[in-house]
Amino acid sequence: MIRVVLPAHLRTLARVKGEVTVEAGETPTLRSVLDALEAGYPMLSGTIRAHVTLERRPFLRFFACGEDLSHEPAGRPLPAEVASGAEPLLVVGAIAGG
Amino acid sequence: MSQVRVLAGTRKGAFILTADGKRQKWQVSGPHFGGWEIYHMKASPVDPNRIYVSQSTGWHGQVIQRSDDGGKSWEPVDNKFVYDGVPGTHQWYDGTPHPWEFKRVWHLEPSLTDADTVYAGVEDAALFQSTDGGKSWRELSGLRQHGSGPHWQPGAGGMCLHTIILDPRDPERIYIAISAAGAFRTTDGGKNWQPINRGLRSDYIPDGEAEVGHCVHHVAMHPARPNVLFMQKHWDVMRSDDGGDNWREVSGNLPSDFGFVIDIHSQEPDTIYVVPIKSDSEHFPPEGKLRVYRSRTGGNDWEALTNGLPQADCYVNVLRDAMAVDQLDACGVYFGTTGGQVYASADAGDTWAPIVRDLPPVLSIEVQVLQ
Repeated sequence: MIRVVLPAHLRTLARVKGEVTVEAGETPTLRSVLDALEAGYPMLSGTIRAHVTLERRPFLRFFACGEDLSHEPAGRPLPAEVASGAEPLLVVGAIAGG
Repeated sequence: MSQVRVLAGTRKGAFILTADGKRQKWQVSGPHFGGWEIYHMKASPVDPNRIYVSQSTGWHGQVIQRSDDGGKSWEPVDNKFVYDGVPGTHQWYDGTPHPWEFKRVWHLEPSLTDADTVYAGVEDAALFQSTDGGKSWRELSGLRQHGSGPHWQPGAGGMCLHTIILDPRDPERIYIAISAAGAFRTTDGGKNWQPINRGLRSDYIPDGEAEVGHCVHHVAMHPARPNVLFMQKHWDVMRSDDGGDNWREVSGNLPSDFGFVIDIHSQEPDTIYVVPIKSDSEHFPPEGKLRVYRSRTGGNDWEALTNGLPQADCYVNVLRDAMAVDQLDACGVYFGTTGGQVYASADAGDTWAPIVRDLPPVLSIEVQVLQ
């Protein structure tokens, strides 16, 4: 079970409070977690990564276990602590706006 | 008694303002979708409780919301706006080729005959259609693939398709407008499009009378007289009496013919409204006086409407989709400002009062009369 922390706007859109959890296979990757997230919460499709290219939206980043995973290949296995559920995957919005 | 519902899209959420037919005491509901930009929200004329909303942010892109109960509850529907085929390029500000990239939905226009059919005008300029209540979208790509597409350029606000007008006589006949490409018309439901910009003159483009390239800010049609179109261009207020084939200027005695909004009295097809803005480089009212101008002669002769509007030190703007009229007698006129005020007139513009004063910057205004 993978724990995912979403930014506030996406928690509101998905109508969830706090963390969400998804099943993302035996060797979870960023791609499999986002696939599972979008399958469970279809309204999030296109809000974290682009619909067709599946590229991360430019004002978002991914962190886990104190590491920036934003530029890691989407198919690379996530850290063992994320896979075990000990640590969450953080989807973080850039400090921007006004 | 009738109820009036004003739908206000703002930089930081949606607001729904309601009153009875007297239009004096207003209830404010919102913010809905707080923190998101609401470029536009509009209800179906077939099912007035069906409301479509364009919701977006720089972080998370585009979301489309739908309500089937007049805005009490909402459901996100499909947000997949994918251009048909290989989109190619348009011109960038400096004239270089730039790939077509979807950014947001500027305008949603529900069908006049089917609550599940709705059109979306998007940036970069294209027209999409849903026939299942927003659950899926497809591009009507004949517009973007019109031969002039590679020559279209963005205006300062982006290359947006901001105006969609459905002809009440003929569902196959649609008018759209793009900043800064101009106005276009289809007579076959969106398969083929024709630029309709003859008579426009724009001194800010190399060929001032080019077929495309004009920065049209908004176009309005009265449903009882669908061949007559009124246009607020970047500069110039224009009129066409032949469905856009030819345009003539009707700016007349306006203090400035720059502006964004234009709308038509619901019972008097020759009574039109604009809000003059000082210039393309100073987007606020001339002399710091917020004045709606009304022409009762279809243009050229204009009177300033000031009663209830600030006449000193006012430097707000009124954006292109931020004016609407209701269907009551006397006609109600509404507009929103970048200062967060929504003004209403229940007497066709003779007197004005703010419904609310302190919303986020207003991007769009629509109004419904509910029986």
